[in-house]
Amino acid sequence: MILDILTVILLLVGALFFLAGTLGLLRFPDVYTRLHALTKADNVGLGLIVIALMLQADSWFVVGKLLFIWILILLAGSGVAHLVANTAQKRGIKPWKK
Amino acid sequence: MDTLYLSVALFLLLTLVAGMWRILQGPTPADRMLAAQLFGTTAVACLLLLAQVLQQSALRDVALVFALLAVVTAVAFVKRAWTEKHDT
Amino acid sequence: MEEINVLLLFDVVLGLTLVWLAWQTLSSLDLFRAIVLFIAFGLLMALAWVRLDAPDVALAEATIGAGLTGALLLSALAQLSASQKNETKPSLFIRLTLGVLLFFLVIALAYTVLSLPTKAVGLSVEVAKNIELSGVSNPVTAVLLNYRSYDTLLELGVLLLALLGVWSLGGVSTNKSSFPKSSFVNPVLDLVTRLLVPIFILFSGYLLWVGAFAPGGAFQAGAVLAAAGVLVFLSDWYLPSKYSGFALRLVLVIGLVWFVSMGFSFVLLDNAFLEYPPEFAGGLILLIEAAATLSIGISLAALFLGREPATKSDSNIDIDTGVNK
Repeated sequence: MILDILTVILLLVGALFFLAGTLGLLRFPDVYTRLHALTKADNVGLGLIVIALMLQADSWFVVGKLLFIWILILLAGSGVAHLVANTAQKRGIKPWKK
Repeated sequence: MDTLYLSVALFLLLTLVAGMWRILQGPTPADRMLAAQLFGTTAVACLLLLAQVLQQSALRDVALVFALLAVVTAVAFVKRAWTEKHDT
Repeated sequence: MEEINVLLLFDVVLGLTLVWLAWQTLSSLDLFRAIVLFIAFGLLMALAWVRLDAPDVALAEATIGAGLTGALLLSALAQLSASQKNETKPSLFIRLTLGVLLFFLVIALAYTVLSLPTKAVGLSVEVAKNIELSGVSNPVTAVLLNYRSYDTLLELGVLLLALLGVWSLGGVSTNKSSFPKSSFVNPVLDLVTRLLVPIFILFSGYLLWVGAFAPGGAFQAGAVLAAAGVLVFLSDWYLPSKYSGFALRLVLVIGLVWFVSMGFSFVLLDNAFLEYPPEFAGGLILLIEAAATLSIGISLAALFLGREPATKSDSNIDIDTGVNK
């Protein structure tokens, strides 16, 4: 029962972070801030959904697989975020100032 | 519980559709590519939820593949289509 | 019945988005935007395959359709001149004529699709009946590697021919890349590649193994291997020239050669070409798929690179232009 309530909460908050990430992508003023919003959806949003599914998993193998997927996305996401931001800076895209 | 999974999956799909606007707008190529990255991650979340609802563990493998291939397209973008030269 | 309704809604949104995305991709005048839309389309298409109960196809679509083709298109775009990167809008007359013709085509297609029987009578019953004899328990693998293995053999041949075609068009590459190489190696890219490539290779092996009883198989495993190759090429690594002659060609053809020789070897024991005796079928299929995975992976990665790699004996090739001196 506690597990189910926790799953529901985690799923809803995770979905909220995804919404926040997409809203950030749509509304933020430049590449760097959009990148920031994107990685929040990646790390936290997916992470919470993965944890929620891990609580409901049938076997430890599934738990391991879910964790592995999340860690992969974390690794890949942060690597890509760095590369994009670095290249953006080298191309002279200036960060947004008010 | 299944309804909740499906509702969250539907919600994620709708945010994905909303994110498409960023691909269409731009303005820089990076913005378009970032939106595609977000699609990848959202699709992974959808697939994991569907895997739980439909009880098909193969969908988790598909999610893994999405994660891996999103990296390849992003690196191809950074190293090929959007190099450090100032042309576009 | 709540969950069925939400699932239906999911499918409807997915379908409509796919159609809209396809339209946007085709009508986009900016080529880069079209490529990114194409990658997004590939992702959603893979989701659609999942909803159509075809995880094997979803795996292939995600790796080859969205991932490898996306990387290939991005690489190709970089080599176009600036003027080629935008298309011009065709005239109003052409657009109207096309619109009318396509409208009739859509009507004809819709009529054909709607007049199909709702319950397709396929061969799934026969496939299921003979599945123990085929050596694997995944029906897709059974069809690809046993019932219709001839088709798969020819597909390997087609892939090889495609690579030969690309090589004969591209000239011989030099290790001096035509892409601007930064003066230092980006440490983040280096680390990401070093961490991910082993994972790619392991996952490729996993997909190969699991294909016997779950969605997976040679093509999907090969495509993941090719993705590892693409990642490595993007990190400015090239095959040392001592391997790019015979060794490379050996790996490229081994899938096809192994497949054909396996097919013939049982003819000696009074079977038909490509007929496997049921006791060995499972092991044979795995061996054939392993060779095929290697070939497919290296072929697709070579297709990404485009040009034929120079070998040590190509000393009469001018290094800068790839032309025979």
